[in-house]
Amino acid sequence: MVAGKNIFELKDFSFYYGDFLAVKSVNLGIEARKITAIIGPSGCGKSTLLRSLNRMNDLILTSRVEGEVLFHGVDIYRKDTDVIELRKRVGMVFQKPNPFPSSVYENVCYGPRIRGIKKKSQLDEIVENALVRADLWKEVKDKLHESGMSLSGGQMQRLCIARSLAQEPEVLLFDEPTSALDPISTANIENLLQELRKTITIVIVTHNMQQAARISDYTAFMYLGELIEFGETDTIFVNPYNKLTEEYITGRFG
Amino acid sequence: MGIFDDELRALRETVLKLGGMVENAIHDSVKALVERDSDLAREVIKRDHLINALDVKIDEECVRLIALRQPMARDLRLITTAMKITTDLERMGDLAGNIAERAIELNAEPQLKPFKNIPMMAEITKQMVRDALDAFVTGCSRLPYEVIKRDDEVDALTVRNFEELLGLMIQDPKIIPLAVKRTYIAKYLERIADHATNIAEMIIYMCKGKMIRHTEISDDA
Repeated sequence: MVAGKNIFELKDFSFYYGDFLAVKSVNLGIEARKITAIIGPSGCGKSTLLRSLNRMNDLILTSRVEGEVLFHGVDIYRKDTDVIELRKRVGMVFQKPNPFPSSVYENVCYGPRIRGIKKKSQLDEIVENALVRADLWKEVKDKLHESGMSLSGGQMQRLCIARSLAQEPEVLLFDEPTSALDPISTANIENLLQELRKTITIVIVTHNMQQAARISDYTAFMYLGELIEFGETDTIFVNPYNKLTEEYITGRFG
Repeated sequence: MGIFDDELRALRETVLKLGGMVENAIHDSVKALVERDSDLAREVIKRDHLINALDVKIDEECVRLIALRQPMARDLRLITTAMKITTDLERMGDLAGNIAERAIELNAEPQLKPFKNIPMMAEITKQMVRDALDAFVTGCSRLPYEVIKRDDEVDALTVRNFEELLGLMIQDPKIIPLAVKRTYIAKYLERIADHATNIAEMIIYMCKGKMIRHTEISDDA
């Protein structure tokens, strides 16, 4: 891969929970404005790796890292990193939709508000833009001041995406974003990811291999904390070179 | 994954069964010609619908497996290969039927001369079909590459057969109707060998995930 196109570069990156080595010396490039899927069995370190990209794992007290995670060429684990700013630029959407217990409108403008934007007209515009980009505007434009918790599961998840988009991130990290959703809501989110990819870099962890095959440009397969194989999704799912990858994606693992 | 493995095994066996039927059709159509046995030729023609039915059945099974099992990697390549090679096998069956038709026509006339090239072509062609299908079951080996190489022998025999008959036709134009039918038969066998080559190329794809069709073969088995 051409290094210049990579927004993230992981260099010999390892992650420890106490003494437990969860991610083992991973080298990986994440190309800008592409969808990179991380697949692998439970406990393989894929969520840990994802959370390392915006230092969500900092909250775990016994954790420590080795190696580097370069974002635009700068190691995000440097002491002088502004972690709040990092998480604004590298947003995250989780498995279960987790809107704040407030209105649709407040959910989306929460970030911009704490960033200091106060003008109503400006906030209105940010909220509308984010909801349009999250493909939710049409469904909620008449109930912006109703509780975000009153929406359906799929709508709540898109609300969380809109909340992230209001921060105008460069990268969005998705941790199993559709595993709690029905097939139609899943298809909506997948279509949305394809749309977002035009402007945002997406990294997604998924247990659903068909989903990785459907939506991603690149796929990384992890096992026991190691990056076993990384390549174009077409290659990984049609003709992987590693036997472990083949066994995993054909369902003959273990 | 036990059920899926059983289904894939059954699919392989069904493709092999189709291959066996096609091989028999080639064998019997040429035998009907060489031994002037028109009853056998008619039987080959009558049996062709069984080949067609099995071709359809395999296609349906492949579509079912793709829909329900969502195969990946080598499973996906096995299933897509099965779909493609059954089409080639079905065409071979049609060509064997064509040989049988020409045999019936030729058997109704006095024999021009004993057959020499055509039985040789039939032997090579049948072996190509058998080896291609063996490779489908046993997987990656040198066999598919051997099959592809042998296609040249069949092509050479087709040309030789034509040149010999052309010489006879120039000497005695009265034999042209019979001689032309003999050249047809060689052409049918030559096309059967082409289909066997297609199968071998698909087997290489199945094993290596690399399409070698319409390229120069680099023998890296």
